[in-house]
Amino acid sequence: MILSEHLVIVPIVLPLVAGAVTLMIDETRLAAKAAISVVLTAALVAAAAALVVLVDATGTHVYRLGDWPAPFGIVLVADRLSAAMALLASALGFACLVFALARWQREGPRFHALVHFLLMGVNGAFLTGDLFNLFVFFEVLLAASYGLALHASGALRVRASLHYIVVNLVASLLFLIGASLMYAATGTLNLADLASRAAMIGSHERVLVESAAAILGIAFLTKAGMWPLCFWLPSTYSASSAPAAALFGILTKVGVYVVLRLWLLLFAPGSGASAGFGATWLVTGGMATIAFGTLGVIASQNLPRLASYSILVSSGILLAVVATGDPAVTGAALYYLIASTLAGGALFLLIELVDRGRAPGADVLAVTAEAFAAGSGSVEADDETGAAIPAAVALLGVSFVACALMLAGLPPLAGFVGKFALLDALFRAPTVSGASWTMLVLLLVSGFAVVIGMGRAGVRRFWASPDTAVPRVRVIEMVPVAFLLALCAAITVEAAPVMRYLGEAAAMLHAPRSYVESVLSR
Amino acid sequence: MNEVVVACAIGVLTASGVWLLLRPRTFQVAIGLSLLSYAVNLFIFAMGRLRIGAAPIVAAAGTPDPAAFADPLPQALVLTAIVIGFATTALLLVVLLAARGLTGTDHVDGREPE
Repeated sequence: MILSEHLVIVPIVLPLVAGAVTLMIDETRLAAKAAISVVLTAALVAAAAALVVLVDATGTHVYRLGDWPAPFGIVLVADRLSAAMALLASALGFACLVFALARWQREGPRFHALVHFLLMGVNGAFLTGDLFNLFVFFEVLLAASYGLALHASGALRVRASLHYIVVNLVASLLFLIGASLMYAATGTLNLADLASRAAMIGSHERVLVESAAAILGIAFLTKAGMWPLCFWLPSTYSASSAPAAALFGILTKVGVYVVLRLWLLLFAPGSGASAGFGATWLVTGGMATIAFGTLGVIASQNLPRLASYSILVSSGILLAVVATGDPAVTGAALYYLIASTLAGGALFLLIELVDRGRAPGADVLAVTAEAFAAGSGSVEADDETGAAIPAAVALLGVSFVACALMLAGLPPLAGFVGKFALLDALFRAPTVSGASWTMLVLLLVSGFAVVIGMGRAGVRRFWASPDTAVPRVRVIEMVPVAFLLALCAAITVEAAPVMRYLGEAAAMLHAPRSYVESVLSR
Repeated sequence: MNEVVVACAIGVLTASGVWLLLRPRTFQVAIGLSLLSYAVNLFIFAMGRLRIGAAPIVAAAGTPDPAAFADPLPQALVLTAIVIGFATTALLLVVLLAARGLTGTDHVDGREPE
């Protein structure tokens, strides 16, 4: 099938084309831009979904760029995990783009092109099978994210972006050092080739490979937001415009994905003398991230910061359990990853709607709000398009509760299923270590903290806030939030097939043999 | 001897870059990042082993001896890294000018220390 052969590269080429086209259309013709963007992003979601179905039916697909054989040319590899991640990124991007149509696309230039290039970089990072190509896609997504972080400008955003850009430039330099060191030690940059050589490397080069992996790890963990490399994250995410912040939720997951992929390829249990290298660091770092995020969730005075810290918590949970080296745990973690990304995206979009119409600076006094209750309501200038929704507060409230349930991991939604599956897998393992018990406590305490933090914020927003004008919410802004929450509901109802798919993805990750063979065989 | 010179050059560039990166003014940070990226580019280049008088291109005729040629791959990587580093440094310069204009100071935190 010639078409299915090329489906692997479509999630990269389609956003590239969309970005190029929307870049060339003049800023005054926003309607044309919006139409092209929405159609092409919908096509991207369809293509990623088709890729998931294809990979699930026929196994790993390898796409050789320029038809060079594997260790010499660059390959794209679509296995179950990368296809699922590409679908997740595309769906999140679609929701953010539609959300931005109501208002945010007018707040600054070239919003559409930036979103498309970000999606291109993210999908490329998920699909590539080459270490240096991964660097290039990282730079593509970072360059686009710099632009999106600065979208709509303002002193706060520029200041936060300055820190964000500097931190990520340093991380990129570390990435380069790690990649070139890896090349010097092994003579290859192809991930599958690296995996096959890592097992039989001499003790002299082993030191270099491990140093290279550690340096690369710092670069990726900065993206993933592991404590203590995460201090840039809350201020950047909470300062960004709502659709950009929601989209940034996938960036931390790119970091987690790369750690998962590289660590299991190079240092999976049973892969020679370096097996399990850095596992203790991942586990302790992940746990420290959960603890830090939990404190942040409780201490946050405004909703965007709270949402940023809840992203840190989910990053920490994923990093801490990835290193257990148990396929069942990894499968559950992947389910939790998808659930938390969707819920985090929905929450960032929702926050902007909920906070609309609140007096600026109202959050500064949030913790002592009772003492300063006599605020002044401010009504926004009405320059938006689309019909307003009646009973907006009720709708927002229901969505807010759904987000809180997802992030806290309470039944009946997917957050609960994910956390429950995680704990189940942790305690079903042949040896239940002390780390599993620590993990249990941290999972429950962090969930409890999210309940407290979001409960407090929700009560103040929806029940007891005298200074809030009723927000005017457009249908086109509510649809993306509902779309993301519907996806959460869908993976809850269809948990069995999703779990089965992710379980197989995890099993393949833990048996790098088949990945290596499918890349290097032809 | 060759290796010592290159290693010292990379070391000095990195040390200066890191020191500048930790300074409080945005321009110092930008210059620090540039120095660091020079150091990293030299480092990538050196990772292909240092050779003098060896071409990176293999002649078409016959079976070439790989030992007589320089490794072309790190050179290609350096080229990519230079281009990307150049673009991101330009972007950083724009952002730091914007920050200077919006906050009225060139301190990295956007306000002068007390």
